[in-house]
Amino acid sequence: MAHEATHDHHDHHHAPQGFFQRWVMSTNHKDIGTLYLIFSLTMFFVGGSFAMVIRAELFKPGLQLVQPAFFNEMTTMHALVMIFGAIMPAFVGLGNWMIPLMIGAPDMALPRMNNLSFWILPFAFTLLLSTLFLPGGGPAGGWTMYPPLSLQSDSLAYVVFAIHLMGISSIMGAINIIATILNMRAPGMDLLKMPVFVWSWLITAFLLIAVMPVLAGAVTMLLTDKYFGTSFFNPHGGGDPVLYQHVFWFFGHPEVYIMILPAFGIISEIVPTFARKPIFGYKAMVYAIASIAFLSFIVWAHHMFAVGLPLGADIFFMYATMLIAVPTGVKVFNWVATMWGGSMTFETPMLFAIAFIILFTIGGFSGLMLALVPADFQYHDTYFVVAHFHYVLVTGAAFAIMAATYYWLPKWTGHMYSEFWGKVHFWCSVVFVNVLFFPQHFLGLAGMPRRIPDYNVAFANFNMISSIGGFLFGASQLIFLGVIVHCVFFSKKKAADRVWESAKGLEWTVPSPAPHHTFEVPPVVHDEELAHGHVND
Amino acid sequence: MSQQHDTYYVPSKSQWPIVAAVVMFLTVFGAAHWLNAEPGESGFGKTVITVGAIGIIGMFFGWFHSVIKESLAGMYNPQVDTSFRMGMMWFIFSEVMFFGAFFGALFYIRNFSIPWLGGAGHGVLTHRFLYDNYSASWGAEGGNGPMHVGGAFSTVVPWGLPLLNTLILLTSSVTVTIAHHALRAGHRGKILVFLGLTVLLGATFLYCQAHEYMEAYKELNLTLHSGVYGSTFFMLTGFHGLHVTLGTIMLAVIWFRVLKGHFNKDHHFGFEAVAWYWHFVDVVWLCLFLFVYIL
Repeated sequence: MAHEATHDHHDHHHAPQGFFQRWVMSTNHKDIGTLYLIFSLTMFFVGGSFAMVIRAELFKPGLQLVQPAFFNEMTTMHALVMIFGAIMPAFVGLGNWMIPLMIGAPDMALPRMNNLSFWILPFAFTLLLSTLFLPGGGPAGGWTMYPPLSLQSDSLAYVVFAIHLMGISSIMGAINIIATILNMRAPGMDLLKMPVFVWSWLITAFLLIAVMPVLAGAVTMLLTDKYFGTSFFNPHGGGDPVLYQHVFWFFGHPEVYIMILPAFGIISEIVPTFARKPIFGYKAMVYAIASIAFLSFIVWAHHMFAVGLPLGADIFFMYATMLIAVPTGVKVFNWVATMWGGSMTFETPMLFAIAFIILFTIGGFSGLMLALVPADFQYHDTYFVVAHFHYVLVTGAAFAIMAATYYWLPKWTGHMYSEFWGKVHFWCSVVFVNVLFFPQHFLGLAGMPRRIPDYNVAFANFNMISSIGGFLFGASQLIFLGVIVHCVFFSKKKAADRVWESAKGLEWTVPSPAPHHTFEVPPVVHDEELAHGHVND
Repeated sequence: MSQQHDTYYVPSKSQWPIVAAVVMFLTVFGAAHWLNAEPGESGFGKTVITVGAIGIIGMFFGWFHSVIKESLAGMYNPQVDTSFRMGMMWFIFSEVMFFGAFFGALFYIRNFSIPWLGGAGHGVLTHRFLYDNYSASWGAEGGNGPMHVGGAFSTVVPWGLPLLNTLILLTSSVTVTIAHHALRAGHRGKILVFLGLTVLLGATFLYCQAHEYMEAYKELNLTLHSGVYGSTFFMLTGFHGLHVTLGTIMLAVIWFRVLKGHFNKDHHFGFEAVAWYWHFVDVVWLCLFLFVYIL
C-alpha cells in the first residue's frame, strides 16, 4: 500500500544534493549518525581542553595559571561537556549508524525526530558554553549542581535550560531507538538473535527515558528555588538540600550506566570478531545488562554516604551496590571466555577492546571499594573517586567508543584507516592514560580532595606525574583525529564489504562504504549470518 | 509481532526539525536572559522569549500540517503507525517519570525532611540548636517550615473545587472513551458531541483551577513562597495544569480534524494518542487529589 507513496525515487538512489539539505534537513540515519559523531568528537576536544587547564593548574602546588573560581568552572564544564556532549552523543551516533544496519531496517523508526534530537544539541551546548563569557562566569559548583552552592551563580538559568534541551534530545533519541528496535527488525531477527550492541542500546534507551525527566525535574526545582522563591532545598521553609541529591542521583546513577552499557555492547561485538569465536554466553550477556540496568535504580544513595543518611539507608545501598559486581563480573568473565582458545589477532579495535576489559575492571574494583560505607567515609570527595570514574569513563566508555570507531570506520567511509597510526594512538593512549589516572588513586587514598586548584605540597610529585600523563594523553588524541581525517579524506586503501574476515552480522553484508540507503526491502535473515544466531549453547 | 510488511516509509527531508531546534533555543535563551535581568533593564529577554514562543507555535502548526498531509495521502502503513504508537507511549512514560520527580520530592519532604527538622531521628541536634520552636507537621501549621517562609496560610479544602475538578476530569475520561467507541463505529456526529464535551470539561477544569489559585493567593495566603507546602502544591498542580492545557488544545485540534473527516475507524492514531495523553493527565490528577489535597 505504501509502495507508490514512498518519497521521490530520485532521492532514493542517489546521494542527495545540496549541503544544507543533506546535513541540516536530513532524515537519513547514517548522515545523522555522522553528525552526532562529529559533534561528539568536537566536544571531546572542547572538554579535553578544559581538562588540560585543570591539569596545568595542578602541575605544581600553589596558584599559577588560573583563578580558583575559573578552575571550578573548568572542573564543572569539563564534566558537563564530556558527559552530555562527548560520550552520550557518541553512543547515540554509533546507535544511529549501526542499529538499523544490524537489524536490517531501512532507517530509524522516526527519522525526522531523529534529526531534531541531533540539532537540539549544538544549540544546547552553545547555551551552556556561552556561560563562560557571562559577567559572573559559568557554573562552578560541580557538574552535580548541588544546592545551595549552585544557586549562587547567575549562570544557573542558562545551565538548567541547556540541561532541559539535552534531556529533550536524549529522550527523543531514546524513544527513536526503542521504536526502531522493537518495530523495525527484519524478518527472522528475533529479539534473542540481535547483536549484543543492539540489546545494550535497547536497555540504555529505557534507562534514558526513565531518568532524563527526573533530572529535568531536579534542575527545575533548582530554577524555581533560585528565581521563583520555592523552598525545596531550603530548610527554613521545610526543605532539604539532601533532597536534591536524592533526586539528582536517582537520575545520576542510571546515567553512569547509560554511559557504559553501550560500551559493553561494543566490546561484545569486537571481541568475538577478533577472537574468531562466537561470544561466550550470549543470553547471560543480555541478562547481565538487564540486571545491571535494574540495579541501577536502587543504588543511587551510594553517592551520598557521607551526607548523613540514616544507618539503614547506608547499609541497604551498600549491599545493593555490591550486588552490581555480580552481573558485571559475568560480563568480564564472558569476554575473557570468548577470547579463551580463540585464534586472536590484535588489530586496533581489538587492542582497545582488551584494554577496555582490563582497565574498566580496575575502575570496577575501585568502585567496589567505594561502595563500602566505612571505606567511603575515607575516600569520599577525594582523588580516589576521580581516579575511579575516569577509569570507567575514559578507559571504559571512551576507549569503547574509540574501539568502535576503528571497528566500523572502514564500513562508514569505504577506506581502511592506517593500522600503524591506529596502533600508535592505542599505545600512546593506553600508557599515558595510566600515567594520568593511576597516581590519582594514591593521591585520593592520601587524602587529596577533588575540585581544588591548590593542594598540600605532600601531593606534589604524584600530581606532576599525573599532569604529564594528562598532557601526553591529550596530545595522543590528536593522533586519533589525524587517523580519522586521513581515513575519511585521504586513505587509498579500499575496505572490503566484510572488513574483518570473521566479522558476523548484517552490517557486513552491505557494501563499504554503506550506501546512503540500505535494506529498503527487509532482508531475510538466516541464523548463520548472525554473530549470535545460535543461542541455545 | 508481525514482521510482514511493505517497505518502511522513510519520510522526505524536512525543515521542521531545525526550525524546532532554533525556536526552542530562542525560547530558553530569552528565558534565561530574562530571569537574570536587573530590575528596569530593557526587555531584550522578553522579546526573545516571545519570538521563540511564537516560533514554537508556528513550528507545531507547520510540522503537524505536513505530517497530516502525508497521513491523508496514505503514506503511513501499519508499521509506521506502530512506530508512532510506540513513540507516544514512551513519551507518556517519560512524562510519568517527570511527575515522579516531584511526587518523590513531596514524599521525601513529608516523610523525612519535615520530621527531621522537628527533631526526629538524627535531626535532633539540628532541631535543638536551629529550630527549637518547630514542631513537625504538614499543612497550615508546619508546612512552610521552621521559619514560616511566606507567612501564615491556610490550605485548600479538598471537598470543594478540587472534588468538583476530580469529577470533571473523571467524566471527561468517560466522554473521550465514548467518542473513541463512536469513532470505531463510524458515528461522526456522536464523536463530535462527546469529543466536544471532553474539550469543554477540560476547559472547565482549567477555569476552576485558575479560580482556586486566585482564591489561594488572595484569601488563603497560600502562594508559591509558602515554604515547601506552597512549593510542592503549586509545582505539582501547576505542571499538571500545564498538561491539562496542552491536552485540551490537542483535543480541540482533534475535534477539528474529526470535523474535517481526517479519521476513519482503522486509521486514527492522532485521536488515540491524544486520548492516551488525556487518560494520563487524569491519572496524575487522581494522585494529586489523594496526595496533595486529601492526605
